[in-house]
Amino acid sequence: MQSKQTDRSRKNYSLWLSAWKRLKKSRMAMFGLALFAIICLGAIFADVIAPYPYDFQNLDETFQFPNANHWFGTDSVGRDIFSRILYGGRVSLQIGLVSVLISVTLGGSLGAIAGFYGGKTDNLIMRTLDILLAIPAILLAITIVTALGPGMFNLMLAIGVSSVPSFARIVRASILSVKEQEFVEAARLSGCNDAHIIFSHLVPNIMAPIIVQITLSMALAILSASSLSFIGLGIQPPIPEWGAMLSAGRAYIRNYSHIVLFPGLAIMATILSLNLLGDGLRDALDPRLKN
Amino acid sequence: MDEKILEIENLAVEYRTDDGVVKAVNGLDLTLEKGGTLGLVGETGAGKTTTALSIMRLLPDPQGVITSGSIKFAGQDILSLSKGELRKMRGQHISMVFQDPMTSLNPILTVGDQIAEAIRLHEKISRAEAAVRAQSMLERVGIPPNRYSEYPHQFSGGMKQRVVIAIALACNPQLLIADEPTTALDVTIQAQVLALMNKLKNDFETSMIIITHDLGVVAEMCDRVAILYCGEIVEYGSLEDIFDHPEHPYTKGLFSSIPDLDTRASRLTPIPGLAPDPSRLPKGCKFANRCSMKRPECVKTDPPVVNLDDLHRVKCLLAQGKDAEQHATLG
Repeated sequence: MQSKQTDRSRKNYSLWLSAWKRLKKSRMAMFGLALFAIICLGAIFADVIAPYPYDFQNLDETFQFPNANHWFGTDSVGRDIFSRILYGGRVSLQIGLVSVLISVTLGGSLGAIAGFYGGKTDNLIMRTLDILLAIPAILLAITIVTALGPGMFNLMLAIGVSSVPSFARIVRASILSVKEQEFVEAARLSGCNDAHIIFSHLVPNIMAPIIVQITLSMALAILSASSLSFIGLGIQPPIPEWGAMLSAGRAYIRNYSHIVLFPGLAIMATILSLNLLGDGLRDALDPRLKN
Repeated sequence: MDEKILEIENLAVEYRTDDGVVKAVNGLDLTLEKGGTLGLVGETGAGKTTTALSIMRLLPDPQGVITSGSIKFAGQDILSLSKGELRKMRGQHISMVFQDPMTSLNPILTVGDQIAEAIRLHEKISRAEAAVRAQSMLERVGIPPNRYSEYPHQFSGGMKQRVVIAIALACNPQLLIADEPTTALDVTIQAQVLALMNKLKNDFETSMIIITHDLGVVAEMCDRVAILYCGEIVEYGSLEDIFDHPEHPYTKGLFSSIPDLDTRASRLTPIPGLAPDPSRLPKGCKFANRCSMKRPECVKTDPPVVNLDDLHRVKCLLAQGKDAEQHATLG
């Protein structure tokens, strides 16, 4: 009996498990999750699903409108847009995920340290980040990529670093609002060190704004990657990337709008799914909203 | 009872703010025997919480400064400990219960995790072991262990305070400081929580300091009482000394301002006036401007501490004569 009781309490013990239960109740969040899962699966299994290789040119079939052979039509050199979107998802999603990971770890820790310690530390960190913030994000990314040279990882790094300041500011502001609460003092009283207080007590309390920022930044990162590809500093052709496809197709937008329509839809669907999922996660991760 | 767990000598604490220096604690002497319970009584701003925070070395930095005095815990000078040693001490040897249980628990961690965390901070045990220990702590404070994985908002105020007590006692500390532990609770729950604290104190053989402005709580829990006024102990003694033979006019005033159940008075008799501004304390007796038995010399000289007997001591000029009288009658 005793052990059974223990088992049961261990079962709903995990924060993630109970968050998942709450997430399941939100229809929009589940829709977002499903859409995002489909996009991810499409990107992962692009080899299997795609009817053509991404760089296969068929000059007899250029500018085809969507039809049975080419579901999303073909572009100016006769490449299958559907296949290119699947392969392009690999690049775009990776850039989105990794660059946000970079900015959330870097910006998050800097912001948390600045907010927690305040005073000189805060000033030093935040003023340095203000300098970064004064440079337009895209210009900063361009500078970093030109300095490091084009390439997938450098691109992620550039985009990640350029959104560090915004993460730092959000985390700092949120830390400031929770650090004066009594439970922080109580944690210190029971002998916690600063790192433990920041990462076990404060950060879980500010997940909501962080998650929202993550979903928004991911969308922005995908767009920034597209911009960089557009000026030739991002992904190098012929590797497909949604933003690059978009910019390549812009010349034909008047007569063959499907060339830009489908990459645009892919970007939109990804961002929409992430935003829906992010909203749902924000609510699900807050146990106070549990009912 | 002889072993001293806590000795505070001549403690003085200041808060240095932009608007001036606030003298929160002025020359405070206190001792607490092992297993004893001390009540620190005083009105708002008398320096009760400041004293507690000084013991924990958690005064707001950089405003709060200990300007003189010493605090010894189990013979060890707390003021000379390093940061790491202090962290070890907090929670393991001395822990504290706050006034408001609503805010002293982290809202997004389960109560069980918070108890287990307190244990794991000080003892090298696995998560599973800590969870088992935390469940048994919950049981000891009267909460079913299957509520381990619930969040603070799912508990009532009294139960939250029980959880806070469980966290405070999780590492079996030698000293528990309770800062107005029942102020935020309603009266019936107050009685329950006080009874629980008394029981656990005996079970764990913990010494306790209770900070309160409720003399009823003191009567229930303490065996030693210190009355604080403007950062000074104006009267100190055993429970009987203070409740049956109060000597200081302030202590007497406190008792007369409590409503009496037997007489039907339409008005209470409060102590007139307000406590002096702690950034501009008067030179003489700090209570003089409110004292009904004020004499001209009161405002001129700071009254000495008079020992009426081994325990009972009073900081008042009026008591000086009594001291002599008592000695005369005894001799």
